[in-house]
Amino acid sequence: MRTARVRFTGFFWRHRWAKALLLLAPPLLAFALVYLASLVALFLSSFWTVDPFTSEIRHAWNIDNYRQLWQGGAYHSIAFRTIGIAAAVTVADAILAFPLGYFMARIAGGRSRAFAFVAVLLPLWSSYLIRVYIWRLILDHNGVLNWTLQKIGLPAANIGYTNWAVWLIFTYIWLPFMILPVYGALERVPDSFLEASRDLGAGGWTTFRRVLLPLTLPGVIAGSIFTFSLTLGDYITPLLAGGASSQFIGNVVYDNINNQLTPFAAAFAAVPLAVMGVYLLIARRLGAFEAL
Amino acid sequence: MRKVTRWHVLLAVFVAALCVPASGVSAGSGLPTKIGKGEGKLNLIAWEGYTQGQWVKPFQKKTGCIVHAKYAGSSDEMVTLMRQGGGSQYDGVSASGDASLRLIYGHDVQAVNPKLIPDYKNFIPALKSPPHNTIKGVHYGISLQWGPNTLLWNTKKVKPAPTSWSAIYSKAYKGRITIPDNPIQIADAALYLSKAKPSLGIKDPYELNSTQFNAAISLLKKQKPLIKKYWALASDEIGLFKSGDAVIGASWPYQTNTLKADKVPVKDTIPKEGATGWADTWMMSAHAKHPNCMYKWMAWISTPKVQAQQAIFFGETPANTKACTWMNKLSPGSASLYHCGASKKYFNSIKFWKTPIANCGNGQNNCMDYTKWQQAWTEMKG
Amino acid sequence: MESRATRLALTVWSALVVLFLWIPLALIMVYAFNKSNVEGWPISGFTTHWFHAAWTSEVRTSLWLSVRVGLIATGLALVLGSMAAFGVARFRFFGREAVSFLLVLPIALPGIVTGIALNSAFVAGNINLSTWTIVTGHATFCVVVVYNNVLARLRRSSPSLIEASQDLGADGWQTFRFIVWPVLSTALVAGGLLAFALSFDEVIVTTFTAGAQNTLPLLILGYIRLGQQLPVVNVIAFAMILLTSIPVLLAQRLTRDTGVLRPGAAEVTEAVETAQATAY
Repeated sequence: MRTARVRFTGFFWRHRWAKALLLLAPPLLAFALVYLASLVALFLSSFWTVDPFTSEIRHAWNIDNYRQLWQGGAYHSIAFRTIGIAAAVTVADAILAFPLGYFMARIAGGRSRAFAFVAVLLPLWSSYLIRVYIWRLILDHNGVLNWTLQKIGLPAANIGYTNWAVWLIFTYIWLPFMILPVYGALERVPDSFLEASRDLGAGGWTTFRRVLLPLTLPGVIAGSIFTFSLTLGDYITPLLAGGASSQFIGNVVYDNINNQLTPFAAAFAAVPLAVMGVYLLIARRLGAFEAL
Repeated sequence: MRKVTRWHVLLAVFVAALCVPASGVSAGSGLPTKIGKGEGKLNLIAWEGYTQGQWVKPFQKKTGCIVHAKYAGSSDEMVTLMRQGGGSQYDGVSASGDASLRLIYGHDVQAVNPKLIPDYKNFIPALKSPPHNTIKGVHYGISLQWGPNTLLWNTKKVKPAPTSWSAIYSKAYKGRITIPDNPIQIADAALYLSKAKPSLGIKDPYELNSTQFNAAISLLKKQKPLIKKYWALASDEIGLFKSGDAVIGASWPYQTNTLKADKVPVKDTIPKEGATGWADTWMMSAHAKHPNCMYKWMAWISTPKVQAQQAIFFGETPANTKACTWMNKLSPGSASLYHCGASKKYFNSIKFWKTPIANCGNGQNNCMDYTKWQQAWTEMKG
Repeated sequence: MESRATRLALTVWSALVVLFLWIPLALIMVYAFNKSNVEGWPISGFTTHWFHAAWTSEVRTSLWLSVRVGLIATGLALVLGSMAAFGVARFRFFGREAVSFLLVLPIALPGIVTGIALNSAFVAGNINLSTWTIVTGHATFCVVVVYNNVLARLRRSSPSLIEASQDLGADGWQTFRFIVWPVLSTALVAGGLLAFALSFDEVIVTTFTAGAQNTLPLLILGYIRLGQQLPVVNVIAFAMILLTSIPVLLAQRLTRDTGVLRPGAAEVTEAVETAQATAY
């Protein structure tokens, strides 16, 4: 028994490729068969149309769906709104997260760091839907925000059911996804680099701009992948908390799926897919994947 | 290749359906004559609130059919769900009139025998064989409940009380108006135009030629800057009225009652132009795996007490006239509040949701079909 | 190193951000005790009534489904994710870089794309939507969480440990039992917890892969939609915040104590690892 086991181990020790293959084949095959195949099929289906008699997909190649997207001005503004808000959310999250990450990595002691960690992780784990819903209550005309503003003698904000509300809620919900990688990146910058910068006469701003930021950029970009992509693909927050002009790409896709117009939905879904594809390639070039 | 739209589908099946008997669906043939033993399980697609514990639990106890319900948010979603995975996923659906015909012509639902539903004989005459679920005498479902889409307003903020749908197109309430996020809402605009602009010649708000359709869309486009939010969910509108974000809007009686119960000063009315509305039907999937349980369910949901419970819970009108006394027993005054046993005149004053198709009903095929409605709605909202 | 003013400013800013994160959660907890079922502010009175009202069979069924889906998806993710991590960490091969890129896609691409892609594939393949399709959807994005957690751990542990073990005459099983497992176990637990949490809270992909079943988030979405059971939603939220604090604290503790490989720096680096895994 034991010799058999040794021989077995020995085989894999001599033939490392066999072991690699054994380890990698099941996960990658499963992944390719389920996920990649679906993705490719979806992309292909955007070039198809719906059969008039059976409502089934008719496999005749054409670009009508894309032509309709291109010609309908409404779809342009929906796409720009989605991408614009996703970018705004990412910027806001980076601005909120960076100082906190810095505090956690370099200023806080062991206890307050642990506290900050739990404080960041817990909201991440509580239900997404409930967090959207509570913000809706806060931003309501009669909500906590207006109540507070009134108590301190300020005019009501009334941002409920606007794109501002959508932006704010997304910023809130995805913030932990930015904080954690930014913290990770900041924590890895050796103290000596910053000291060296200061010794060489650089001020705080220069050190930040020339040393800290370049070193932590991969972390920020890693975080931005999540904040940007998660906003780009969402439809529930605009649905629950948006106003009369808050349609996202996701909402149109969702509606079209319900309307049995899957090929058109697939065509519109190709927009965030393409945007994220480009984004990921740039992120990879900037080394964000190492920081993930 | 030319774009193939749903109206081709509908047109084609419509024409096919007109040439029926040949297609094999004829009255009485092949329908079960008694309900067999329950299969122990029942998968339903329902409007939320249609499968509440208070009447589902006794049903499960009585029949042994365990109910699994999936809530759908729109008629479109219901149709999609019914077709999913070859249509065998669900046994039944509580379809509104704008979904029922699509399901019938799409062969997604099967004919049912109303003789197996003891309370069927107590239904108001208009819902025994209504055109949205009965084709050429073949019943494709059992009517359930119905109700009007109403004009709802905050009595403190909107004075004098509005009597016309013009209120939701008026600048007076800019930024405080809410209407449903649903393509079928185009019919509400058309209904208003049929009275406000008689020159357009709109007779049926679901049968619009391109001129009439464009007029409705341009009205909605003008209305858009006045809208606080297009509500996708009943609770959206309730929330908007509670918080004061909206003071007037298109609504269901359900919202009015919920708001009144919460002491929000609101009132609703059917404006002088009339109203659109819904009439729901329980339909059985053509590929139902638990048909006996589905029959048992349709029979159960038609009984007076259950009809009354659901009517009160959702705020709608039961099909079963015997439910009215139960309604008053469960919640005094609710029968008249929800028009239980209402006159034929009241029933006919409501323009019930139906799927717009290219066939205008006058032999012409120049009406805008529902795919166009959906696209126009998305593009109108932008 | 930083000036006093900078330190103070950073501390204040951080406190504000933490407040921003927590005020809404605190409010939800307050709303759970709201006497009225109208969600106005301030709340109209105090009651614990909704805590009884929330324990309905509907909630229990959905909760149980969510737990089941989470466990199965996590199990799959643990197996597939660590296999891939071992393969990538221990062997050099062509396209090694691409594996990371590939596995991160389900999370990096918008959820709606994953959702409708899987949905159309199931529909096209005539596969009935069921618990298993939900599991499939969840597993695709859970794999990467485990993968990253394990990979990070393997990269920091020296392969020479394994060689040393083999040189000393241990067979594969012994090496695994005494070297690999102690190094990996906490990474697996942390990754597994995170995978479970992701699955437990997922809405968008689930919407497209669930059949006649309601997971807990789908049930909550339904409740919010019709506004019928909002007090129950508040109570569920309250309970979930309390319940999730257990695994969060546990993960925190687990990853902190594993200083075997690099004593000293353990606390911080392990925390970073949790962070990275969470970020996935």
